[in-house]
Amino acid sequence: MTQFLSLLLNGLSLGAIYALIALGFAVIFKASEVVSFMHGSLLLFGAYTIARVGSEIGFVWGVLVGVLATATIGLLVERVLINRLRGAAVISLAILTIGVDILLVTDLTRRIGSDILNVAHPWGGDVVRFGDVGITQNRLIAIGVAAVLIAAFFAVFKFSDWGVAMRAAAEDGETAALMGIRLGRVSALAWVVAGALAAVAGLFLVGAPTPGVQPGLQAVALRAFPAAILGGLDSTGGALVGGLIIGLAESFTAGYQDQLLFLGRGFGDVMPYVVMILVLLVRPSGLFGTKELTRV
Amino acid sequence: MSDPGRWVARLLLLAGVLVLLALPLYVEEFWLRTGFACCGAIIGAIGLNLLVGTTGLLSLAHAFFLAVGAVTYVFVSGAPGGTATRVEGLELPPLLGMVLGVVVAGLAGLLFSPMAARLRGIYLGVASLGLVFIGQHLLNTMTAVTGGFNGRTAPKFSLFGFTFSDSDPNLFVLNVPFGEAERLWYLGIALALAAYLFARNLLNSRAGRALQSLRDSEVAAAVMGVNVQGYKARVFLVSSMYAGLAGVLYALSIGSVAPESFALDLSVLYLAMIVLGGLGSVGGAVLGAIFVSALPLVFQQYAGQLPFVSEPGQGGVNAGQAARLLFGLTIVLVMLFQPAGLAGFFRRKPRRPAAAGPAATAPPSTSVQGSTA
Repeated sequence: MTQFLSLLLNGLSLGAIYALIALGFAVIFKASEVVSFMHGSLLLFGAYTIARVGSEIGFVWGVLVGVLATATIGLLVERVLINRLRGAAVISLAILTIGVDILLVTDLTRRIGSDILNVAHPWGGDVVRFGDVGITQNRLIAIGVAAVLIAAFFAVFKFSDWGVAMRAAAEDGETAALMGIRLGRVSALAWVVAGALAAVAGLFLVGAPTPGVQPGLQAVALRAFPAAILGGLDSTGGALVGGLIIGLAESFTAGYQDQLLFLGRGFGDVMPYVVMILVLLVRPSGLFGTKELTRV
Repeated sequence: MSDPGRWVARLLLLAGVLVLLALPLYVEEFWLRTGFACCGAIIGAIGLNLLVGTTGLLSLAHAFFLAVGAVTYVFVSGAPGGTATRVEGLELPPLLGMVLGVVVAGLAGLLFSPMAARLRGIYLGVASLGLVFIGQHLLNTMTAVTGGFNGRTAPKFSLFGFTFSDSDPNLFVLNVPFGEAERLWYLGIALALAAYLFARNLLNSRAGRALQSLRDSEVAAAVMGVNVQGYKARVFLVSSMYAGLAGVLYALSIGSVAPESFALDLSVLYLAMIVLGGLGSVGGAVLGAIFVSALPLVFQQYAGQLPFVSEPGQGGVNAGQAARLLFGLTIVLVMLFQPAGLAGFFRRKPRRPAAAGPAATAPPSTSVQGSTA
């Protein structure tokens, strides 16, 4: 039972981090119809900047600069590249982001080199215990921060002008544009939000119990992909649920891997994808995605 | 048809093939090995292009099918043994291994094809992404077949007693020793040419037109009597058979098979090849494959002569990274300025009807769009 609760708690915290990343995917897809394959590298960039700047001028400034810088990268990509190709095929845009991803990852990998950069989280690697159930402080704070950010996001999404504009744009871009909604601005803001969320997720992903900033971080971030897809790419609520499902699935599979030995060691890393494929087989547009209708 | 342009094109193709056949007499081993790697990539890229470019089914699982082909080949033709981890092998003739590699990869594609019936567009792409990670897991855990994390060596290819290695039999052509690189070069050229011609003919056939109609509109295709699911399954079969053959050539070219060779990077590279070359164009896939697979090798070879590239461990940009940067940049620039890819440079612009008035040149599609919603 202790193990179960501990895995549940850790799975939730991992899921909360995935949800932050997946929310970024969903927002970008809603606003600009782009499936961003560069999200992993955005996250890596955020974590790298936080680590480098944080070690120079202190943790809080590091986080601020890192989040702003990552949001700026998002903005730049949208303005310079995506905006010019408005209306291009989804696959072309996806491949464009792959190109940017290759550039970012190659340069970051070169800069990181073989050393592992550590972000000096003020909360360190301490473990908090509730009875027998333990979780690192880092992950506990991650749950809190993610909950606040996600709640704030949904509030903005529901009540602010930008949120309304974005939902209108996603519903019917042409009509929204005719009503005076500036699609370019909606999409640019979406990329800024997604970049900032990715940087925050990066901040927690490089803390205990996971190792510091290393190029492999990108692969971890990639697991938010199944999260976004299984929730339904165009659903923000789905991103949240998907993130939690994927986090829990990964945590439980890794925790009970001794009982699951017939699947082979390290199956936890694969579990997100297996869950995703199974969900997609039953619901092809994800759990909460809009069903694609074909009218003749 | 007695179109003179057609004959010129054929003569050029023939001349090109002749030059390629004579090449081992003149150039160094490095270029032949690079060429063989390119041939493998060409076959894989043509296969992926049939799926993504022609039929419009986004797949990121190509690395998985390559892995299936490569592993089947080393398992069927390899010998049991292994130093660190024990591996099994059937020691059957390499030709049989190659054929089985292609067939098993094709079957794997056929098994996955029902996913394409359920999922559309980007959902299919990400679902196929899952296959790559599942493949990685299998490669790492099925140690008896794959050799596990460290992989296993690939057996040399041979054809009816003629081995594609440095000896057995020793071979000299015009006093040039024909070793492994020279022999594999011919193998690669032959297979790549066959793959190219097959794809060209396929696209010009009834099946090819059916696939293209699937890409443009599934509903319209179904109305015209195209068996949508049947063709999706068949194109997955053919595409992954191409991938399987590419996997076998990859194993022969590297000399071994290891899980890390078939990670997501490889799928992305193949996608980059066909996009750079031009989606839907067989010739474009060939160009893209040559560009993407030769670039890092050539950079590595000539790193010393390149001004902005530093030696490994000196902090600057090393050859592999420079190649990756160049190639990321190329993808971005091509998508921005030439979305039709490298093939777009060779395509003639459609001639405007000179006599027709302005009404004929206006795009007729705008009036249709609103009515579909």
